[in-house]
Formats: sequence, C-alpha cells, structure tokens
Amino acid sequence: MLTLRNIDIHHGRIHAVKRASLHVRPGEIVALIGGNGAGKTSTLTTISGLHRPSGGEILLDGRDITRAAPDAIVRLGLSHVPEGRKVFKPMRVEDNLNLGAYHRWRRRERARIAEDLDAVYAMFPVLLSRRAQAAGTLSGGEQQMLAIGRALMARPRMLLLDEPSMGLAPQVSREIFRHVRELRERFGLTVLVVEQNARLALRAADRGYVLETGRIILQGPSEELLENRDVQRAYLGRDLDAG
Amino acid sequence: MDTASLLQYLVSGLTVGSTYGLTALGFTIIFNTTGIINFAQGEFVMLGGMLAVILGQALGLPLVPAVLGAVALTTLAGGLVERLAIRPARGASPIQLVIVTIGVSILIRGLVMLLWGKDTFALPHFSGMRPILFAGAAMLPQSLWVLAVTLTLLAALRAFFTATIHGKAMLACSHDPGAAALVGVNVRRMVLASFMLSALVGAVGGVILAPLTMTAYDVGILLGLKGFAACILGGLGNPFGAAAGGLILGVLEAFGAGLVSSAYKDAITFIILLALLFARPTGLFGARSADRV
Repeated sequence: MLTLRNIDIHHGRIHAVKRASLHVRPGEIVALIGGNGAGKTSTLTTISGLHRPSGGEILLDGRDITRAAPDAIVRLGLSHVPEGRKVFKPMRVEDNLNLGAYHRWRRRERARIAEDLDAVYAMFPVLLSRRAQAAGTLSGGEQQMLAIGRALMARPRMLLLDEPSMGLAPQVSREIFRHVRELRERFGLTVLVVEQNARLALRAADRGYVLETGRIILQGPSEELLENRDVQRAYLGRDLDAG
Repeated sequence: MDTASLLQYLVSGLTVGSTYGLTALGFTIIFNTTGIINFAQGEFVMLGGMLAVILGQALGLPLVPAVLGAVALTTLAGGLVERLAIRPARGASPIQLVIVTIGVSILIRGLVMLLWGKDTFALPHFSGMRPILFAGAAMLPQSLWVLAVTLTLLAALRAFFTATIHGKAMLACSHDPGAAALVGVNVRRMVLASFMLSALVGAVGGVILAPLTMTAYDVGILLGLKGFAACILGGLGNPFGAAAGGLILGVLEAFGAGLVSSAYKDAITFIILLALLFARPTGLFGARSADRV
C-alpha cells in the first residue's frame, strides 16, 4: 500500500534519514521504532508531504506521492496524526472533528460525514460528552483520541500515527494502543505507527522497523523484534546480563 | 455641557470608530491566519476611498459602480500583495514578513501619489448631505451608512468564522498551519484568501468613510496606526474585540476632541493605547488561553 524507496531527508545540513526503505501492505499495522532523534517523525512528515525528501521516492498504491502537497495526499486516503496531537486548541471538539472532513465537505457528503462523526463518537464516547468544549481543555489522552478522530473524519484508508503515547500515563498509553488495533477492525485501516515505547508499539503491530540515527537497521515480524537481543537491550530496557 | 453636544460627540465617535474597527478587523483576519501584522492594512483603507474617487472622477462611473469597483480592485490588490510580496518570502519569520508589509505599504502609497498626486479628494455622500436631527444633535446620512455597513459586515464575518467550514479552516490555519494542512486545508490558498478578505474589509471601511473625512494618498498611515491601536485595545486576534476596540477608540477620541481640544485628538488614542499596554497587555477582550496546564 505504502512504499518508501531509498528516502533521504535533510533538515538544513543535518542528514536526518539515510536511504530508508520500508513498505506497508494493505491491512497491516507496522511499527517504526527508534530512539529520540532517530528520524521517525521526519519520516512521517515526509510521507504526508509536510517535508520534501532530498532523494528517493514514496509510492501510495503504486502512485508517486513524493512531491505531492499535504492536502492532495489527504485526498488520496492517507491521514497523519501528528506528533503532539496538534489539535486546534481554542476550537470546540466537534469543530475539530468536522475540520477533519474538510477535504470532502460538500452538500451531498453531509449525510456520510454525519455518519462518520457518529462512528468516531461511538469509538471514543468521551469525545461525545465533551463535544462543545474547547479542545485545549481535554486531557492528553483525550486530545490523542480527538487527533485520531479528526484523522478518521477524512475517511482515510491508511493512517500514520506519530508517538501516540507521548506524555501519557502508562494505562492511558495502553488504552490508546488498544484503539490502534480497533482502527483496523472497525475501519479496515492500514496503520504505520511511530513510537519510542517500542514494547507497546510492537505488541500492537504485525511487523516492525528499527530506525537508528537515520538508518533502518532491523526489520521483521513484531514477535521476532521483541525477542531480538539488540532490540531488547536498546529499546525494551532489558538488562542483557540479567537476560 | 449639554446633552445635545455629548450626543453629537458620540455619533461622530461611533462613525469614525467604525472605520477604526474595520481596519482593526483587517489586521485581525491576517494575523489570525498567518501570525503577521500587516502594516499595509491602512493602505487598503486608503485604496478603497481613493479608487472610488478615481473611478468616479476619471472614468465618470456613477457612485454605486465606483464604490463596488473600488472594493473589488482593492480586494485584488490584497491578493497581489500576498502573491508578489508574502509568498515569495516563504520560510521567513513573521517578524521579517511584518517588515515586508511595511515596505509594501510604502510602495502602495508611493504608487498612488505618483499616479494621482498629493491632492485631497472627496467622495460624494451616498445619500445626500441633509442632516438628520434628533435630540438636538445632527447626524449625516453617511454616518448611518457607516454604522449600518459596519454592523452588517461584522455579522457576515461572524457567520463566516463560526458557521462555515471554510471560516473554521481559516481559523485552524492560525492555530496550527501544519495540522491544518494535514486535514486537507490548502494553507497557501487560505493565506491568499485572508489577504483578500482583509483588503476587502479595509476597502469597505475606506469607501464608507471617504465622504465624511476626504481622502488622499497618505490617509492610510494614520488610519492604519489607529486600527492597529484598536486591535491591541480589543485584544490582538479577537475579531470582536477589534471591532469594539475601534468603536471605543473612536468615541474616546471624539469626546477628547470635543471636551479637551481637537489638537490632542491623535495623542489621546496613543496615550490610551500606552496606558492599556501597561495595565493589561492582553487587551480588553484578550483571548484567554484554552490550554490545559
């Protein structure tokens, strides 16, 4: 569904991602894990068109989106839940969700948009109870749900999730990751999730990639990565001597 | 001091204040979408008045098409400013862009001066000059036009920003342009739209005020500053604060001119602004942050 071939990303002089290749098949949940500054977020912002790669190509369903604008990519069915949620804080929760449907806001779509709003509220009932509140007054976990809900309102086929657990308490993080599996079950979505919390992400994912200082150094099924000694030492906080 | 003169000051204050309010609203629209203070906003107001005069005198157009044409041309000019001056400087910080807008304002003023000279022009009143008398005060029909047009425009903008998806998308660009792009908003097009919309609002303000105060190539400087002061007074970023700030400023100025001396009219504006900035830097209706802490 999504293919990255030899992607290079520069931020000024910093070579953030070096010839990275990865792919996500339809219906898969894929985790991209790595430490701080490994290039995970850069990879996602480049896929969604916020940043231009300095080399390589990105294909969505075989179609080249390497240089497409972010709004064009949303229309092609790829939605991105950005790092730090980035909800529109002073605006009401329901306005945030409706803005998610901006690209398809037409009279004949109204009924379907209303249905999708109900579907989002069914998945995240807390958003329904807070629909008239300013988004900035929500807790971190609720804002994450809102950001996911907003992305769902675009009716994507694929979702990019950037650090959904960032700044959340452990049980809230686990709840969010339960929802990630639910996204596939309820909406048939393909998901690429970027996470620092490697264990959480790999448990939810089918496959994973490990990014280290801009290079993909490992890839494989989630269970294998969870068992991998290097991954355990570097990202799962397991002491090798004890293991 | 009799009530008739007080009423008179109030009416003239509200009239002039409406224009300050519309100028302030123009600042707010661009600020809210881009984070830029557009110091060419006063020139949009000037262009509205001047173009109406020129279309009427030079081309012999009747008043209505001249006024509508002036607003349309100024709106177009707003779009050109964005295309030719703001967009090429993409990646510049808001402060740098603010400097660009100062340059743009000098350029527009200079062009108008070269083309039509330094004379002062008058636009005909929209519906005659026979004053309407009430309670001992006299009100020109044009003042009613100013108030009615301002209120209509305010109501229309309010509806646009609170009830339409495009208005909300424009606001979304101000809160987070990156996130707005990720929900499929074409941020560049929104920035263009915000420049055109605020040029339109400014031109309307200029065109309705021109019959009362006359117009010239350089009226935009002071109107721009007053509008900016109104903006700060009402709380930067709050459209209704901006409009209210304009009205308050106009009324205070009229009373100051009437009760103290008209020589201090402009000084009063800026003394109020300074005092307010010391006492309440977020403005009278400054947005409270909706952040959870």
